[in-house]
Amino acid sequence: MALDPQDLARVAHLARLHLDPADSDALAERLNRILGMIDHLQDADVGEIEPMAHPMDMVQTLRDDTVTDTDIRTTVQPLAPATEAGCYLVPRVIE
Amino acid sequence: MSWETVIGLEVHVQLSTASKIFSGASTAFGAEPNSQASLVDLAMPGTLPVLNREAVRKAVKFGLAINAEIGKRSVFERKNYFYPDLPKGYQTTQLAEPIVGAGVIEIQLEDGTRKNVRIHHAHLEEDAGKSLHEDFFDEQGQGMTGIDLNRAGTPLIEIVTEPDMRSAEEAVACARKLHSIVTSIGICDGHMAQGSMRFDVNVSVRKQGDPKLGTRTETKNLNSFKFMEAAIKLEVDRQIDLLEDGGTIEQETRLYNGDTNTARSMRTKEDANDYRYFPCPDLLPVIITDEDIEALRAELPELPDARQARFSAEYGLSDYDAGILAGDRAVADYFEAAAQAAGDAKLAANWVIGDVAGQLNAAGITIEQCPLSAADLGQMIQRIQDGTISSKIAKQVFEACWNGEGTPDEVIEARGLKQMSDTGELEKIVDQVIADNATQAEAFRAADEGKQKKMFGFFVGQVMKLTQGKANPQQVNALLQEKLKETPGA
Amino acid sequence: MHSLTLTELNAGLARGDYSARELTEHFLQRIQTLDPQLNSFVSITAEQALAQADAADAARARGEAGLLNGLPIAHKDIFCTRGVRTSCGSKMLDNFIAPYDANIVERMRAAGAVMLGKTNMDEFAMGSSNETSYYGPVKNPWDTSRVPGGSSGGSAAAVAARLIPAATASDTGGSIRQPAALTGVTGLKPTYGRVSRWGMIAFASSLDQAGAMANSAADCALLLQAMAGHDSRDSTCVARPVDNYLGELEKPLAGLRIGVPAEFFPADLDSRIADQAHAALAELERQGATLVPVALPSVHLSVPAYYVIAPAEASSNLARFDGVRYGYRCDNPADLEDMFKRSRSEGFGAEVKRRILVGTYALSHGYYDAYYLKAQKVRRLISNEFARAFEQVDVLMGPTTPEIAFGIGAKNDDPVTMYMADAFTIGANLAGLPALSMPAGLVDGLPVGVQVIGNYFREAQILNVAHRFQQATDWHRARPAVGDDA
Repeated sequence: MALDPQDLARVAHLARLHLDPADSDALAERLNRILGMIDHLQDADVGEIEPMAHPMDMVQTLRDDTVTDTDIRTTVQPLAPATEAGCYLVPRVIE
Repeated sequence: MSWETVIGLEVHVQLSTASKIFSGASTAFGAEPNSQASLVDLAMPGTLPVLNREAVRKAVKFGLAINAEIGKRSVFERKNYFYPDLPKGYQTTQLAEPIVGAGVIEIQLEDGTRKNVRIHHAHLEEDAGKSLHEDFFDEQGQGMTGIDLNRAGTPLIEIVTEPDMRSAEEAVACARKLHSIVTSIGICDGHMAQGSMRFDVNVSVRKQGDPKLGTRTETKNLNSFKFMEAAIKLEVDRQIDLLEDGGTIEQETRLYNGDTNTARSMRTKEDANDYRYFPCPDLLPVIITDEDIEALRAELPELPDARQARFSAEYGLSDYDAGILAGDRAVADYFEAAAQAAGDAKLAANWVIGDVAGQLNAAGITIEQCPLSAADLGQMIQRIQDGTISSKIAKQVFEACWNGEGTPDEVIEARGLKQMSDTGELEKIVDQVIADNATQAEAFRAADEGKQKKMFGFFVGQVMKLTQGKANPQQVNALLQEKLKETPGA
Repeated sequence: MHSLTLTELNAGLARGDYSARELTEHFLQRIQTLDPQLNSFVSITAEQALAQADAADAARARGEAGLLNGLPIAHKDIFCTRGVRTSCGSKMLDNFIAPYDANIVERMRAAGAVMLGKTNMDEFAMGSSNETSYYGPVKNPWDTSRVPGGSSGGSAAAVAARLIPAATASDTGGSIRQPAALTGVTGLKPTYGRVSRWGMIAFASSLDQAGAMANSAADCALLLQAMAGHDSRDSTCVARPVDNYLGELEKPLAGLRIGVPAEFFPADLDSRIADQAHAALAELERQGATLVPVALPSVHLSVPAYYVIAPAEASSNLARFDGVRYGYRCDNPADLEDMFKRSRSEGFGAEVKRRILVGTYALSHGYYDAYYLKAQKVRRLISNEFARAFEQVDVLMGPTTPEIAFGIGAKNDDPVTMYMADAFTIGANLAGLPALSMPAGLVDGLPVGVQVIGNYFREAQILNVAHRFQQATDWHRARPAVGDDA
């Protein structure tokens, strides 16, 4: 499988990465080398084997429904690029 | 040409837990922006989710309430998309292995018709934050959006129905039924105005008899039954108009504006639906055992359907009245407490469905906030029963109690509303009314029986006026019947 | 002092040969003097370090010395440290002062360790050469024209040059073991779930594991003793008692069955590396271990499976860097989309973007089954093969890497060649097994590492094997050019 420029543009948009058209060919070439390496997976005979999402065969532990986290707004909001009146600011969202 | 409407619902139900689904932050409504956003909710680098037991328990309870198969192994997945109120860049949700499988609910329309709506599945997920589009501007005066992440991570179940509904009325009945179930079993507070339940409606139309479904649109985030009904009707009309004009329906997401009763298409991107779901590697499969299921089943209260049937059988209520009362657990509890205190379930039902519901509605409050307790309502009904007050005076008592003037007995006492059941005193008043209205009394005696019936009310009214409504109507009737027939002075 | 191992320094502190403050001042001085040649640190926290050292001395005076009391350490910059910049080697987090401590940071502090600074790393741990760091490449102290390996290249170089006696590190596909091999230090990646991931900035959540680097297996045992344990904030962290890692170190190797997978000695392997690995095996055989040939027939698919799973998880894990709540935001965004795209494109480096793109593609509509699901199945295949091997043997061994340290810039044109640097290490991550790399010789004057892979939660056993090897050899005492002054 190989990425064409259209695929690359679509994937870059999904990942919210800006694509410089000048670099696009070189990038596609590198990505296709990686995808070419990955394609060796297709040689594997996996039969009926179950996919493995976790290295451990463990189950989810559950926590008690208690409020343990307090207000940390004054600690964390200075980390943000833009805030006002306790809100994080972003360019206006148009739906 | 005749068109058939096909509707399916996706219902987001906020689970009433104290803390969030994956963090220990509070879920309380109405806090200062971002004061309930923890490190996990903010998606700080390096933070990890841990699942809230209560969210799992509540989701399973819903499954049991609709007789669904419970996912004994359910898996959280990541739904990846960028949005400023989605801090991780993905929503943790369930897809291939949800916690609640297929089930069914029965809905009842106003005319009493019953119908089954199949539930495709229900899954656990986290809510996003809120985007506030007003009030924020940058230095250049450009409009900005403010992000409040207090809601981010609130536990939800998303209930997905099959496209089994054929009208807006059916869709609303289904929504009401779900509201009734989730509030009855105590997994959601049901506060629609606070967004505790939100509805996405999938609407399509097809020619009557066509086996193929038409192209559907999705109208998102409706948070009242009224808007839901209006939005569906609007969308159905739009689709039919478009098709009859030779147009085609675009599959799209629409936004409904309740203030203007209009809707518009949301800006769609060609990639909008490539969410790249995959199992969340930070969370492990959730295992529910048979013992867990049986323990939760034992915790379930009487469900709305069963309660409705019992109200009909036990109290002799009409199916419709029983349905209204049983549909809301708090209302049903209130009714049962009032009925017990009153010793008359039918009267209690009439009062709860009538005056109580009317006043609550007018005040915009829920039955939990009702200023008149069920015990008070019961006491008032008792006073009607034992003849202390008339039904008419009861309305006054009710209002006074509502306004905080005390218990019904206190109000009756303080306002002197006790019914005149002393026949001697009443007799004097009746005599006086007849004496004061001698001409009318004369005419009454001269009239035939039919006419008398019409004229009788005038005398009753006069007596009530003089007694300020405190006369026992039965006694007034009896006395008047007797006295009017007597010749004056005889 | 710096020529001593962590274990030896610990004994010296206990004896009162020097104070924690003296030790801290000494290593701060070394970092100051030597690190300009290596670029192994991205932050130096001298002031806090001296305060922590004084606290450690006071604790010792009260008789309350912890397991690592007064020992200087450095944290890889992937671990959140409250009040200290935690950049993860990225421009994206260049301005990020972590508001909380990682579990491993809390545990090490509680044990009395003194943090001297944060070490350089490949950006978001994506790399095998430490060249993808926003703060510039780290240089190998054995030859500063060469890479130290990655992604924990800063920790490896700093430990190798004795700028610090020990450092934390993380390993997603070999990021502890490969740089340990290339710089001649001992690096331990514990079993997945043995050490909490809370506060470790995620690269690929199902593969990431925190661990340790030092100059001996005994040092790694001491560090693991302090960092291992259950943490209720990490759902994938196991609630299982922590073994006594120090207690098994001296156990004789008689009866030990060492599996030697042929796949770790491929035909095109540098024979000098193979020879060193065989020599190490011969030493263990001499001590009573038995060598057993085993097969891991699918392990050659580790790299392709890894380069689907890790980028797929990373593409999602790194979506949170959107310029909204912390981190880099581009100047003057035209609109929301522009803010997302430019903040991410300007904030991330080239390798990180490549992996995000590969991962996004692998998960996207129409490719999920062929890439992601297939990779997960191959993952189980490989994991099952390891499980079968451990039915026959106690540990698996082979060279850690197919190559010795390569030149800076040598593999920049072809990402795939670079990825092959982790060909022998990735398998343990896919299966979740504990593994370590220890120095086992020199080729062209550069270190060669040998890998010991253990069964689940058998860290004590692989530490035992490495310790017995280090008792009989002194490769772990060999010193690189930079910092070889004592």
